[in-house]
Amino acid sequence: MAEPAISDATTPLVAKPRRAALTVKDFKGKAEPDWCPGCGDFGVLNALKSAVAGLGLSPHEVLTISGIGCSSNLPGYINTYGMHTLHGRALAVATGAQLGNHRLKVVVTGGDGDGFGIGGNHFLHTMRRNVDLTYIVMDNQIYGLTTGQVSPTSRKGMKTKSTPHGSVENPVNAIPMAIVCGATYVARGFSGQQKHLIELIEGALRHRGFAFIDVFSPCVTYNKENTHEFFKQRTRHLEDMGHDPSDYHQAIEKGTLWGEVIPIGLFYKNDDAPSLDELEPVLGDGVPLAHRPLSVSPEDGRALVAELM
Amino acid sequence: MAVRDFAVGIGGAAGQGVATPGSVLAKLFVRRGLHVNAYNAYQSIIRGGHTFLTIRTGEKPVRCLGDDLDMLIPLNQDTMDRHLARMRAGSAVLYDVAKVKPSGAAEGVQLCPLPVAQLAKSPLHYNTAAVAAVLRMVGVECAAFEQLLAEQFRRKGDAVVTENVAVARAAYEYAGANFHPYPFTLPDTGRPLAVATGNECLAMGGVAAGVKFYCAYPMSPSTGVLMWMARHAQQLGIMVRQVEDEIGVINMAIGAAHTGCRAMCATSGGGFALMTEALGAAAMMEIPVVCIDVQRAGPATGVPTKTEQGDLWQVLGAGQGDYPRLIAAPLGIADCFHTIPQIFDLADRFQCPGIVLADLLESEGFSSLDPAELDFNPPRNRGEVIGLDGEVAAPLDEYKRYLRTESGIAPRAVPGTPGHAHVVATDEHDERGVLISDEFTDPHKRQAIMERRQRKMEGALARIDPPELNGPKDADVTLVGWGSTWGVIGEAIEHLEREGIRASHLQVKWMVPLHVEAIQSALAGAKKIVIVENNYSGQFARYLRSESGVVADAHIRKYDGEPFLPHHVVDGVREVLAGRTKKYVPVHEIRV
Repeated sequence: MAEPAISDATTPLVAKPRRAALTVKDFKGKAEPDWCPGCGDFGVLNALKSAVAGLGLSPHEVLTISGIGCSSNLPGYINTYGMHTLHGRALAVATGAQLGNHRLKVVVTGGDGDGFGIGGNHFLHTMRRNVDLTYIVMDNQIYGLTTGQVSPTSRKGMKTKSTPHGSVENPVNAIPMAIVCGATYVARGFSGQQKHLIELIEGALRHRGFAFIDVFSPCVTYNKENTHEFFKQRTRHLEDMGHDPSDYHQAIEKGTLWGEVIPIGLFYKNDDAPSLDELEPVLGDGVPLAHRPLSVSPEDGRALVAELM
Repeated sequence: MAVRDFAVGIGGAAGQGVATPGSVLAKLFVRRGLHVNAYNAYQSIIRGGHTFLTIRTGEKPVRCLGDDLDMLIPLNQDTMDRHLARMRAGSAVLYDVAKVKPSGAAEGVQLCPLPVAQLAKSPLHYNTAAVAAVLRMVGVECAAFEQLLAEQFRRKGDAVVTENVAVARAAYEYAGANFHPYPFTLPDTGRPLAVATGNECLAMGGVAAGVKFYCAYPMSPSTGVLMWMARHAQQLGIMVRQVEDEIGVINMAIGAAHTGCRAMCATSGGGFALMTEALGAAAMMEIPVVCIDVQRAGPATGVPTKTEQGDLWQVLGAGQGDYPRLIAAPLGIADCFHTIPQIFDLADRFQCPGIVLADLLESEGFSSLDPAELDFNPPRNRGEVIGLDGEVAAPLDEYKRYLRTESGIAPRAVPGTPGHAHVVATDEHDERGVLISDEFTDPHKRQAIMERRQRKMEGALARIDPPELNGPKDADVTLVGWGSTWGVIGEAIEHLEREGIRASHLQVKWMVPLHVEAIQSALAGAKKIVIVENNYSGQFARYLRSESGVVADAHIRKYDGEPFLPHHVVDGVREVLAGRTKKYVPVHEIRV
């Protein structure tokens, strides 16, 4: 069965579910996940597949981009277009892809080391540009694929293979950082709470602009501290705490909470900030760059030569 | 009497406006159909220091700066002191009498003190006065200049135009009454030419290739490409972005290229070093993208405003592992324009990164161009691509992005194409795009994949013109160069001929793939092979030897940051033929 052609740019891609023809099963990728049994990333993969299916997207409309790391293997496990790029570079590649064809629904997935460590510079600048994409970080507070070294989100004092006497560095708190840097949808999820996570991802996919979801995705092999049980006991829904996601300062404040209660949910949402592609006059006529003819009009060609004479 | 060529040197501190009279003269010359070649020797400084612009014009194509100046325009005393002694008999020195004093006398050099304060109300008009005086002395009518002034100052209003025209006329008359004209006039051929810098040519080459996405991080001497693109982006429908660093630049370009855009970026050696991992990624995912490395003198920050051909081995070895890539070094400024569409077609056909190895001499120098040669719609070939031209039928069988084919090329579907969803990965992957790296149990599969990817380059070689040997087969000496030295070597050969030394010339543009057999046969009968290159270690000589087994008899190398002048090559050949050296390193006379 031939799938419908990609929608017209003037129609928002995910305004409403257009059909329920596709289910989670249709988004099963070509490869089976090679994650350890019990890994939090299974929950994130499942939630993402449920969210894209639930929004009525087709596989060819979605481009899933990752860097390197356990969680960055995700594009191989989902049936969409995918790019499994270099360590730390997914957001830069995704920015180019989103601008090359702004009708695509771009999703970036990766880990805390990939995003906040080696990719930190791109994280900062992609947010301030408000690029229209959904960035899901599977945050396990450890380097798993390299067998258990300290990560940018590891707790100060945490003993890892590269910090046998305990880390002396402060961890990154990505939530207030994202709000301050210009992300326009900032949320935190937990892979152990599927329904809640699916809602957050659906909201991110619907959002026009940079949507960031930091997801607690425990590493069962190398992080014995930040376990499923750890998060199960501590996480509370912001929705139940009377939080107003349109309140910038309150969002930052809630983002700093960390201890016996760790809030999850939607911290911040700003629907009034146009995304980068909306601000680019070159994209004003709606036709994606990738689908424009390469030829130069005779008038433009003559004008360019005239400038030189 | 018509003249073969005429060279003017304009020197001063940075910020004194050396560039303005240079570009005005260039425009006036090309409008008369005269050829132009110019180069600005400058420093990494916004104000002060010493900058020196050489502009050479002639009826025949001017391929390099030449050896001598016919006119010196020192804007400050420093320039007068540095250059007067090097002026030859018959030349002239034009200066503001209130600002600059002649430092001693040079035999046969006409001193032309211009009383700018008498001719103009403001010292700001010095450039206008100087250009008018030059024109009077080479027999060019003032009207052409007046028209250019009107265009140049139109936006500043009629009063400014009138004022400048008055200064031009006064200086023109003053020069006629007080200075001896040259014993020749610069003719008007009736066929106006265009003039552009190499950076502009690289950018316009991108337009001709159909580039729709350009991104960069500013880095001398490649920044001119970004600035041109930014100025013209909206008119031409090109997305231009300044990115946080060069790692972001190349990755962003790759992302855009994957969706089907022609995507390009430019940098210099330092930025290129940051891009190398991603170039390997482009090759692994088989995404065509073009990156320009405008070389400057290295290593590290090096000499940011000086030229060198020092990045050859960097681009040859950019990134880990073996992967197919294309590398071209344009043969001069005009070729910067032509190289970009050429390398895009090859990158698209063979689905790999293309690297353009230009240098500061080309990028910041400017040259006349035949407007007819600026074809913005050359034939273009996107290679085997699915989803860019209208509706695509769903494939009957599963679409395999990395299908094993005889040519090595598998059709690539762009994201958004129904029925062709797939993953491209920097990990090793099979025909379906599924990773084989994490559970590596199949060495035969990996071998076949490597061979399929690398096989693409065999097809690429057949689509590239082999370099040609110019000159007599039994020449006394064969000069071999690559990239930007094409013009200066060509002119040196003419000088050698006048001295009775017969030289032939082989200039190589395509570094990868390299036409090994064509080069071997071109050089097979050479009596003496001399490789000329703008670097310390003979990077091309070593590359040529490693690929072809051709060992040069001698070398002429320059690594002081300045480009070769013809006599540097001539002197080197003379020394080599006399058996006095096998490696000649010219000393750059202080003209900078």
